[in-house]
This record gives sequence, structure tokens and C-alpha cells, in this order.
Amino acid sequence: MNPFDLLQETYLSLSANKVRSALTILGIVIGISSVIAMVSIGQGAKAQIQSSIEGLGSNLLTILPGVVQPGRGIVSSGRGSAQTLENKDLPVLDSIEGIESVSPELSRRFQITAGTGNNTNTTVNGVLPTYASVRNLTIAEGTFISESNIHSLGRQVVLGATVATDLFGDTPPLGKTIKINKTNFRIVGLLTKKGGAGFSGPDDMVIVPLTTMQKILAGVDYLSTISISVTDKNRMNEVRDAVSDALLTRHRVAEADFSIISQEDILGTLSQVVDTFTIFLASIAGISLVVGGIGIMNMMLTTVTERTREIGLRKAIGAKRRDINRQFLVEAVALTFIGGFLGVILGWLIAATVTYLGLIQTQVSLMSVLLAFGVSTAIGIIFGYYPAQRAARLNPIDALRYE
Amino acid sequence: MIEIKNITKTYRDGDISFQALDNVSFQIKDGEFVAIMGPSGSGKSTLMHILGALDTPTSGTYLLDGQDVSTLSDNELADIRQDKIGFVFQSFNLLPRTTVLRNVMLPLIYEGVRGEERKRRAEVALRAAGLDATHWSHLSNQLSGGQIQRVAIARALVNNPTLILADEPTGNLDSKTGEIVLSTFQKLNTEHGRTIVLITHEREVAEYAKRIIFIKDGTLVKQL
Repeated sequence: MNPFDLLQETYLSLSANKVRSALTILGIVIGISSVIAMVSIGQGAKAQIQSSIEGLGSNLLTILPGVVQPGRGIVSSGRGSAQTLENKDLPVLDSIEGIESVSPELSRRFQITAGTGNNTNTTVNGVLPTYASVRNLTIAEGTFISESNIHSLGRQVVLGATVATDLFGDTPPLGKTIKINKTNFRIVGLLTKKGGAGFSGPDDMVIVPLTTMQKILAGVDYLSTISISVTDKNRMNEVRDAVSDALLTRHRVAEADFSIISQEDILGTLSQVVDTFTIFLASIAGISLVVGGIGIMNMMLTTVTERTREIGLRKAIGAKRRDINRQFLVEAVALTFIGGFLGVILGWLIAATVTYLGLIQTQVSLMSVLLAFGVSTAIGIIFGYYPAQRAARLNPIDALRYE
Repeated sequence: MIEIKNITKTYRDGDISFQALDNVSFQIKDGEFVAIMGPSGSGKSTLMHILGALDTPTSGTYLLDGQDVSTLSDNELADIRQDKIGFVFQSFNLLPRTTVLRNVMLPLIYEGVRGEERKRRAEVALRAAGLDATHWSHLSNQLSGGQIQRVAIARALVNNPTLILADEPTGNLDSKTGEIVLSTFQKLNTEHGRTIVLITHEREVAEYAKRIIFIKDGTLVKQL
């Protein structure tokens, strides 16, 4: 039987039972589309995290108080509770070669009220003027915190884009006054919107002079973070070691009471988390694919039984075992292949909808599409094999007599 | 030319064995119209399966066009059926919801005959079987019993077989359409020189053949 005849036979027999074929295909469509959607959402989330972390400043080393435990990531850093970083740590960093600038920071969450009556609870970051360059921030309007603001314990504040909208809506906030923890601050600048969700994005915070933060708002003299930008990306490890040594010496400890994290560490940890979730979700979707495959097998077994006499006749007029085997295998693969094709389209639509709704910028990779086709074809072969074998092995005499 | 020599067939089911055919021998020459007649359980179905290369005998030889068919493998038997045998069944066995033409072309699909040639040969066979051209594009379930059986005859003819085997071809037809079908066989024999073996348990049906082989309890009783 030539391939064209084989396809024609397949078409005729599948279309003879349209509803049944469609339902069986639906099982595969659901399986494939959920795998495609899950993987594309996962890959999109990964890319988004990557770009938002890179947006926070490349060549960045972040020193955190306390010890980051391996495997638990930066989430459990004990940030805020450990108080091992102080202003006195800063001078020792100045002598290290390869450092472009150092940005000590102290951040706390405070309630902020505006004259409009709106209020919000957000991160207040006490920083030096170096913060803007280290963190890749740009000013949309006004100025950033200046050196003189630092010296005079100034009550100036720079707003992140989200906070500005939350507090003032459409009215321009520049020059207005807000209350942070009952202290008045004058708005001198607005940050450019950076986008990107989660992980303390720069849009959802306000910036005040570090001295003001330490002495007036928080009343402490330690730091929550020291960010260091390195002149050359290739010197990251070298600078990291030098910083670590200098701080160990100054703290007079053998075991580090601080952690140094590079963007790559954060990226690596988060990517790993996202990958794990993607695999987890894709496996659940994969289970539905297996269920779809069982549906295929079920349908094919029913078809073989129903068409026993036809198989007998085909054998009587000269069909060989391999002809029958091939015919039923191609039927099963046709079902899964059509299912795979529709599943890819549906999965892509789901991913596009997620992107359109602005939830996550999804990415449907060619790889996952090819994989989906491969997997659906393989499922057709695996779950079609047994029914096809059963059809091929039928004895023509018994098959012709079958009632 | 068909030559059956000392054919026996024994079915074995565990310890119980059943002798369906016992030392049967006969010859059928090319162009003959032979009826094999016997009551049910006489072994005529078994004989038909062996003649049709659907089954092989336990012992004895079956020469079809000089080739020994009795010892062939499954695949080789399929080739024999494809090239040399045309079946007409009591229950027609057409593909449901499929056009007459496609039903008749089915054996040619397995033989690997090309599209145009396939259609041409199917039309020749349908004409020989006496089915009007107006029915050729009809679906198999839109035909009457007599028309269906003539489609089945055309399907049996289409591969130019050495032998046409008809197993109770009138069993599911009323006597009038049965006569039409049987005279179709007669015509195929006299006008087209086809070799036909008709298996039946009815004397009136067997009378249409030029020679009758009687079989009973697995042995050949007499020939007329």
C-alpha cells in the first residue's frame, strides 16, 4: 500500500467516526497545549526575572548582613535582623582596587501619607548619591539625593514611579510634601519607570538621604545593604574576595558575618526556582498527555474490535500483517499528530493571552513546539502499537466469521 | 489448474482433536465451474479455506497453477490470495460507507496498482459483474442485496484471479436475486472463461455449476 493510499484509508476511517475521533484528539490537545503553555510561561518568567535583575545594575556585588545559607537562597538572609554592617565598614572598601563606587543602604518599610489623603506602605531606602549609578537608576524629573542633602540631614525624597502614582495619581508630585513616619519630606525627584515585577523593584520605593534615614527615621546606625559596582565584569570574583577579606579583618571574625551576592548568584538561584516550577507544572501537564494517550489506545482497541470483519476481508484479499499493522498505527499517529498540532496552537493562544493580559511575558520556543510534535507522535506510536499488533495478528478465518 | 492430493486437516484443541478433512483429492481445470456441496459440518468450509489460501492443510498437497501452496508462510499465502484468488462471501463484506468503485479497487491498493489503471480495471470488473454504471459512485450501504453481491463479485474479479471462490453467495439473498447472482457466475464462466468454485449446501444452487463435488464428514463422497 503506498503512502498516499495509506493516508486516504486513514482519513476515511477516522472521518467515519467523527465524534469519537474528535473526542480522542481533544485528550491530546489538552495535554499538549497545557505542556506548551506551562513551559512558555515558565520560560517567560525566567526571562523576565533575568532582565529585571540585570536592570537593577550589572557588575553589581551586594553585601548583606548575616549569612545566606546555601540552598535556601537569599530569601532567608536574615536581612534586617542581623546588624553586622555599619558605616564604619565603608572606609576599608575605598582602598580596594576595581571598585567603581560603593552604595551603602538602609531600608525599612514605613507608612507614607501625601497631602492628597492617599497613603501607601512601601520601602523607604536611605542612600548616598552613588546609589543612582550603582543601581542603574535614572531620574525622570527633578534631581536625585545630593551630597549636601546627606550632610544636612535633609528631608528630601525621591519617589519611585509606582509610589508616585499611588500617592498623587495624575497630579505632578514634584515639590509637594509627603509624611514618612510622621516626618515631612519634600519631593525633589521622580525615578524613571523601570517595569519588571517582584523582587523589590525600584518602582515601588522611595529614596531619602542615608543620614536622615539612620538618625531620624530608623534611629539606628547600621546598614541593611552595601552595593558595590565593579569596574570590569571580569574582575567580579577578584573584587569579591578582596571585599570579603577586608570586611573579615575589620569585623575581626574568622567566619563571615555577612554575605556577598553577585547578580549572577541571584539570577542562578531564581532561575533554578523557576525551572523547578516549570518542570513541576509541565510534569502535571504531561500526566494529562499520558491520559490522552490511554484514550487513543482505548479508541483504537474499540476500532479494531468493531472492524474485525473488515480486517478479515482485507487479509482475504491480500493484505499482509504489516499492511494491517501500518494502517492502524498510522491511524493512531494521525490522531495524536492532529492533536499535537491543535495543541500547539491552543497552547500558543493560552501563552499569548497570558502575555496580552500583562501577567507574564511568555515565550513559546521552537524547541517546545518541536518537542510537542515529537512527543505526540511518540504517544501515537506507543499507544497505537498494541492495538495495531492485535489487528495485524487476527486470523483471517476467525475475523471473517466474527459477529 | 487446481490439484488437491490427499488433503487432511485436523483441528486440535488441547487433548481433543477433530478431523475436518480426511484424505480428500480432486482436480479442477482452468475454466471449470464447480460446486462443492455438503451439509453443514461436512468440512466444506475448511476445504474452502484451504482452497482460498486462508489456511494450510495438516497433510497432503495443494497445487495452484503448479505451485505448492500447502506449505507457505503467512505472508506468502497473502501473496497467493492477492494474485490468484477472488473471494465472494455470504455476508458480502463490503467496506461500509465507501463507494462501490473504492470497494472494488481495494485489492488493487494492496497490489500496488497505480490510480488510473486501478480505476480502469475496477470498471471492467464492474461491467463483467453486471452492475450498472449509475451505481458506481454510490455508497455500499445505498445498494440492494443483489447489487451488493455483484459489487463483491466485481471485487473478486478485479485482480484477474486464477480462481473465484464463492462461499454460499446466495445465502443472504432472496431466491430471485439469488438467481441473478448465480447466472452472473454462469456468465462469467461461459463468456469470460473464469474458473469458479461455488460452496453451498443447497442442491438448486449447486445445479448452476457444470460439476458437483459432494463432501460429507470430511471425505469426498462422489462427483457428478
